[in-house]
Amino acid sequence: MSVATRFERSSATRDPAIIKALVLFLSLGFFGIFLLLPLLSVFTEALHKGFGFYLNAIAEPDTWSAIKLTLLAAGISVPLNLIFGVAASWAIAKFDFKGKHLLITLIDLPFSVSPVIAGLIFVLVFGAQGWFGGWLSDHDIRIIFAVPGIVLATIFVTFPFVARELIPLMEAQGREEEEAATVLGASGWQTFWKVTLPNIKWGLLYGVILCNARAMGEFGAVSVVSGHIRGYTNTIPLQVEILYNEYNYVAAFAVASLLALLALLTLVAKTYVEWRLKSETNAPPAIEGPL
Amino acid sequence: MLAAKKNNIFPGFGLSLGYTIVYLSLIVLIPLSAVILKTTSLTFPEFLDAVSTPRVVASYRLSFGMALLAGLINVFFGLLLAWALVRYTFFGKNIVDALVDLPFALPTAVTGIALAALYSKNGWIGKYLEPLGIAIAFTPWGVLVALIFIGLPFVVRTVQPILEEIELELEEAAGSLGANRLQAFRKVVLPILLPALLTGFALAFARAVGEYGSVIFIAGNIPMVSEITPLMIITKLEQYDYAGATAIASVMLFISMLLLLAINGLQAWTAKRTGRTR
Repeated sequence: MSVATRFERSSATRDPAIIKALVLFLSLGFFGIFLLLPLLSVFTEALHKGFGFYLNAIAEPDTWSAIKLTLLAAGISVPLNLIFGVAASWAIAKFDFKGKHLLITLIDLPFSVSPVIAGLIFVLVFGAQGWFGGWLSDHDIRIIFAVPGIVLATIFVTFPFVARELIPLMEAQGREEEEAATVLGASGWQTFWKVTLPNIKWGLLYGVILCNARAMGEFGAVSVVSGHIRGYTNTIPLQVEILYNEYNYVAAFAVASLLALLALLTLVAKTYVEWRLKSETNAPPAIEGPL
Repeated sequence: MLAAKKNNIFPGFGLSLGYTIVYLSLIVLIPLSAVILKTTSLTFPEFLDAVSTPRVVASYRLSFGMALLAGLINVFFGLLLAWALVRYTFFGKNIVDALVDLPFALPTAVTGIALAALYSKNGWIGKYLEPLGIAIAFTPWGVLVALIFIGLPFVVRTVQPILEEIELELEEAAGSLGANRLQAFRKVVLPILLPALLTGFALAFARAVGEYGSVIFIAGNIPMVSEITPLMIITKLEQYDYAGATAIASVMLFISMLLLLAINGLQAWTAKRTGRTR
């Protein structure tokens, strides 16, 4: 029985019908106006000159190169942050050491930094006036206003996603299963592949889904390091901005609708994985209780 | 537990922790330290000058003021929404529950242009507000609308799990001791939710202060009126004033760190109150 039905069945916790109606009216009205309408408007604006126009706007060569760059940036940053997330959560969940809490706080740090600052820091390090600016220009290497800068900024803003899902999950699972595997003679890698990974696979996937959504949708940080060179350093969100600023609204919304579809897909995948995570952690009697 | 602490039998400690620290330093710590180092290249009067020009001060007032207001609005409606999702059965509940995370999933640039279109004079919402003499798009109120959008899930998602864990017997006991529903809510439920509400507020506020993409399209970016602080950093960068941009960034970073500390404290308080780990 769901929590809601339990509360609605007990007379002590059932809200009067008028209260329920009022709360639903206010909360769902707020939800509809502030969340649902913006989402719907993306699709209607994109399609308001017809489907043919919509397809043409997406088929633009600049849009295609933006799509390719976005896939590249996500394709590099997600695996790197995945490897990092696994390493960090293994170290944090399976071992005890000093400074663990500080380490966890530092891993979360990119979430509390404004995206604009996330872009700025790489300009300060690799830009023309930055630490390595002189050396880089001597060797004819471009990082800022070029693809590597976009990849770096994307890695920064998506840095914590996998780690912050895996750390609490692996801590909650404890160490007994891995200890048993090790005692039975499994090597470190065998233990990891055969015991740890199957246990964390849904949490890992969850982190990857969120990481990927942010990697493909990041705007502020990549905007600072991109330089907006059409067909070369524009990701999909930057392409949306350019089209919008050129008053090419229908095309801007057409390209934006691709990102909105990605967001919906992300929510569907996320909901499914949440459900799997819940059903798997509930399968054996919950060992949560106070320790 | 203690035995595991003393004689850990797992391999890979050096490798995993070493990799974690090297990667963290390369991607996050060293680049972030550039902000501090660059700021110290300014003398103190130069620094003060850069972070306290009237235009920059106006941007702080807007960014922090609207982040505060959006946070408060989200605390109220976020609590209502969490309440509806946990306590009531209604049609379409699962879809609403999944879509609450939309602001996390929808790229900020998409949010930005969608809001600008909705609230402009010809937009779905703007066209009803215009005859009333209310302008949202390209005014400071546009900033508020965008910050409400991106902040809402923070409040709902911190309050919802706590609300789910409140035992129904608590309110039944309050009821049998003579409390009416409102008293039971105020004296029993609200105190339990308070730390989560504050945490949700702080998370939404922290995100709102640094937000860029969803705001700039609807704000209109009028100097002294509707320019947010992150935009001031971009403006300085476009003028090749790296030191000035960095000085403003360091002020923002400092405030973010304070907020982070506050959030960690609040989360520890929530955990203590409810016996949850995180």
